[in-house]
This record gives sequence, structure tokens and C-alpha cells, in this order.
Amino acid sequence: MLAYTIRRILQSLLVLLVVGLVAFSMFRFVGDPIDNLLGQERTDADIERLREVLGLNDPFIVQYGNYLIGAFQGNLGISYRQGRPVAEILLERAPATLELAFVSGIIAVVLGIALGVYTAIRRDGILANVIMSASLIGVSLPTFLIGILLIYFFSVYLDLLPSFGRGQVVRIGGWSTGFLTSSGLKALILPSITLALFQMTLIMRLVRAEMLEVLRQDYIRFARARGLNERAVNFRHALKNTLVPVVTIIGMQFGSIIAFAIITETVFQWPGLGLLFINAIQFVDIPVMAAYLMMISVMFVFINLIVDMLYFAIDPRLRVDRSGAH
Amino acid sequence: MSDESLPHIDPTAPVRVSRLRAIWDNDLTYSFRTNPVAVVSAVVVLILLLSAIFAPLIAPHNPFDPATLNLMNAYSAPSTPNQFTGDTFLLGTDDQGRDVFSTILYGMRVSLFVGITAVLLGMVLGVTMGLLAGYLGGWTETIIMRVADVQLTFPSILVAMLITGVAKGFTPVEYRDQMAIIVLILAIGLSDWVQFARVVRGATMVEKGKEYVQAARLIGRSSPAIMLRHILPNVMGPVLVIATISLALAIIAEATLSFLGVGAPPTQPSLGTLIRIGQGFLYSGEWWILVFPACTLLALALSVNLLGDWLRDALNPKLR
Repeated sequence: MLAYTIRRILQSLLVLLVVGLVAFSMFRFVGDPIDNLLGQERTDADIERLREVLGLNDPFIVQYGNYLIGAFQGNLGISYRQGRPVAEILLERAPATLELAFVSGIIAVVLGIALGVYTAIRRDGILANVIMSASLIGVSLPTFLIGILLIYFFSVYLDLLPSFGRGQVVRIGGWSTGFLTSSGLKALILPSITLALFQMTLIMRLVRAEMLEVLRQDYIRFARARGLNERAVNFRHALKNTLVPVVTIIGMQFGSIIAFAIITETVFQWPGLGLLFINAIQFVDIPVMAAYLMMISVMFVFINLIVDMLYFAIDPRLRVDRSGAH
Repeated sequence: MSDESLPHIDPTAPVRVSRLRAIWDNDLTYSFRTNPVAVVSAVVVLILLLSAIFAPLIAPHNPFDPATLNLMNAYSAPSTPNQFTGDTFLLGTDDQGRDVFSTILYGMRVSLFVGITAVLLGMVLGVTMGLLAGYLGGWTETIIMRVADVQLTFPSILVAMLITGVAKGFTPVEYRDQMAIIVLILAIGLSDWVQFARVVRGATMVEKGKEYVQAARLIGRSSPAIMLRHILPNVMGPVLVIATISLALAIIAEATLSFLGVGAPPTQPSLGTLIRIGQGFLYSGEWWILVFPACTLLALALSVNLLGDWLRDALNPKLR
């Protein structure tokens, strides 16, 4: 277990170093930092001085090292477009995205598992079949079309919910939250459903497949034979064993939620990190793009690491297999 | 497969089986013609593909020739005469008086062109990498598969966005619109090679141990020849399945990027760009500018997807 953990952590660090290299190369070689920082009236002496200050004359490895150390200390450069430190902008935008991802994640997991269990237990029921067919369409619909569809129905046609923005937010320290005002909560509904829908159908189909698999096994038949009621069989015995693979998928899906938030935030003009990133691409704001890449990869790598460890802890069979194999 | 080129003779039947008949009785063809979903999807894909290819012949207007546009025709509802000019448009017109039906046909051209070339790029790259990793092993394999692992940590749409951003940074501002389509193809193609590489590597490792590869090695064929002439034809089945499913994903990825405003430029709109434009008219009641491109995109993605599902099941011997 310990050897596996250490190897896994080293692997994660390697991934981060590689991503850091990509981010640094973008930062350093795409566009000329001097051009972006100095105006038209510049002298060769100015350029040379700035090159020295920015460390552009140092060897590549030293520059890369300095960039990583700087990034670690929260120094991610200055946005070409807004002229403010990137770290400051990221911190300002993060709450919006995290709240959206959090709510969507909960919707996806809770509804996904519930519907998956339901469609597995009532596999021939009419409602279960309707849900399954609907999920097939849900998988084929691109996220942005789902968002537009929801806006059309709930904002334009019914005029019930806001179609863009976060509503009113309350500032608590450095964190701005939409959870405490009614307009903030209302504004959260459509984007979080849009973001959750795809992951929800994925989790639902997975839970259903796993559950059907488990329900066929002998120990379930024995549990029934022992006279346990349906509830105990379905939830205590079947669902528990279904959850092992589901946990992995859910962990990995959290990464996708952050990535798909880019699309949802654009559709709903949600002032989060995703919208910031899309704007950075449109206006070629390289420092923001590089910083976003760094931040999101730390998040992804960390989640993957935790999921792997969790997987290991949940399923005792893996422990034996892995220690035997290596 | 191999006897298709020769007249196939069945000892039990006196009749010679024609070549066409052999194709008709082929396993794959059989599973295709007995699967109504696959047939319908194939017909839809074929119709959409042909109308995209022959767009200049079919489209009633050329939406990108300003000389043929009449601003008075703007906002015509579908199939109702315009209140000023009396012209009728099958699917209505947009804010500049462009015929929506024609813009969809031209937009589909861009969508399909980007999707197909991007998948081909990803396929060639991924198959090459997979063959090299699986056949050579050692350091080559370690490096290729590590890169694949790192890339797989990120959702492919995010990778495509990053590539778009970097490519934009390298192109001078005045060329960005012209380069946009090439950037899109590169971004989507480079973001989905990993799938191909992983599958081909796995299949190559299986094939490598088989007798025919050993025989080829014994008679002194070179490694590239063995990889391309012997192993490649035997791993093409799964590659074809992934290519079909990737095509649906690539079409959606292209539409997504264009919708977000980092894909096809307004001068060369794809279906995604048209949906982006149409979204602006949602509140003012001109639903047709948005709905028709969206339905086209959905039909295209769904039918390619269903076709991919069928191909996967048909080529998987376990499910037969």
C-alpha cells in the first residue's frame, strides 16, 4: 500500500511538471512578453532592462524553475488584457465556478444514483423505459443546446427564471456567494441543471448496468432465500457493491464538470473561471490561459490521486492483487 | 473477405454465387440490413453528406455573395411571403436577409469538413503512435503512452480549447480568420488521437505474438513493412469503430468551439457559428434562425452516433 501510494504520488508530480512545462512554454514563447508590456515609445535600453528584470536572459531551465516557484507562491503573471495580477482575477472568479460545480455535482450524483437504482429494480416498468430512452437523447445533445433549450423554455416562454448572470451575491470575506439571496439561488437553477444533466445520465446508466450485474449474483439470491425483504436486499446488499466502480467514475466526472463549466458559463454568462478562460482564448491573453491550465491540472491530478487511493481503500481485493503484482 | 476477388464456388449448391451476392450475404452487410436503426441513420447521414457536398447546386441562394442579398428580406418567417418583397423562403431568413436553408447547407459543409479531416488527422497520428508503441515496446512505448496518459487526464474539449488558444497566439491578427478552420482541425485532431493509440497499441501487442508476424520476421521483412502490411490490416476493425464514434464527437466539439466563439469565423460559419448567431434572436421571437441549424446538428450527431453503435456491436464477436 505504501509503495503504491508513493509511486502514485511521484507519477502525479511528474504529470504536474510536464503540464507546468507546457504552461511555461506558452507563457514564454507564445507572443512576446516585451511587446505586451512595453508601449510604442521604448528604447533598446528599456528592452534590455526589462529582459533582465523578467529574467528572460537566464537559461531555459532556470526560467522554468523560477516560473514554477512563482506559480507555487501565487505569482502567475499579469493579464495582458486586464493589466491586473492573474492570481487576483482567478481568486475573484473562483467562487462562482466552485458553487456552480458543487451544486451540479450534487444534482448529478444524487439523481444519477437514485434513477439508476430505480431503472435497475423496475427494469421492465414503463417509467423506467421512458427514463432510459430520455437519457439516450440526453447523451447526444451537446451541452450548449441543452442550455439554450432550458433558457427558451424557462426564461423566454415561462419567464420564471433568469437567463444570465449570478443574481445578487453576498460577500463573505474574499468569497462571494449566491447561496444567501433568493435571486442568487434562482440564477443557479438553470446553469446547474445544464451542467449536471450529462454527468447525471452517465452516472445513471453506469449505476443501472452495475446494479443489474450485481442483482444476478448468487449472494443476492441467498439473501432473498434467507427471507430478507426487498429493501434490505436492494440497498444493503446490492447497492453497496455497486458503488465501487461508481466512485471512480464520479471522481473523474468532477474534472469534466469543471471543463464543461466553460460551456455552461458561456451560455449563461456566468461570471466564473470558464468564462474567463474563453475570453482569454478569444483575446489571446496568454498569462490567464497558462494560469488556468496550471490551476485546473493541479485540481485534476489531485482528484485522480484521491480517487485512486479511495478505490484502493474500498475494494479489499485490489490490495492483495497489487501487492502481489509489484 | 479474401475470396471476394475470386468467383466464390459453393460445393453444395450448383449455382455460382456472384460477387454482389457475396457482399450481400457478408456478415457485416447482413447485420446492417436487418437493423432498421442502422439503415435509417445511414440514410440520414448519406442525405446530409450529399447535400453538404452539393450545397452550391442545391442551395437556392449563395448566402456569402452580398450581391444576391436583399436586406428587405431580413427576418422572413419560414415559408411565408416576406411583407416587403413578397419573396418566400423555405426555412426563413436571418437578420441580413440570408436564406436559413442555404446557410445551413453551407454551414454543414464546414462542420463535416472539419469533423472528417480532424478525425482523419487523429486517426493517422493515433494509429501510427499505437503501432510504434505496441510493436517496438521499450522506451518508445513508455514515452508515447506517458504522453497519452497526461493528455487523457484532461477532457478532450479542454485540450482542443488550449490548442486553439496557443495557435491563435502564434498567428498574426490579420490572418486569424483565414487560419481558423485549419486551427480547428488541428485542435480537434490532436485532442482525440489518444483513443486510437491506446486501442491500436493493445491490438498490436496481441497480433505481435501470432505466427504470421513471426513468419514475416523470419523471412526478413523490415519492421515498418510488418507494421504496415501485416499488423495494420488486422487491427483496423476497432479503429473503424472509434473513427465513427469520434466523428460524432468531433462534429459536436467543432460546434461547441464555434458556439463559444473560438471556432469557425463568421465569414465561414459552421453549424455551431449559426447556432451562436441564432441564440441572439431567441428573445425577439425569430426562433427559426436558431432552431433549424440546431436540429440539423442534432440529426447529424445522433445518426453518426447510432451508426457507430451499430458498427461496434456488429464487429464485436462477443455480442453475436
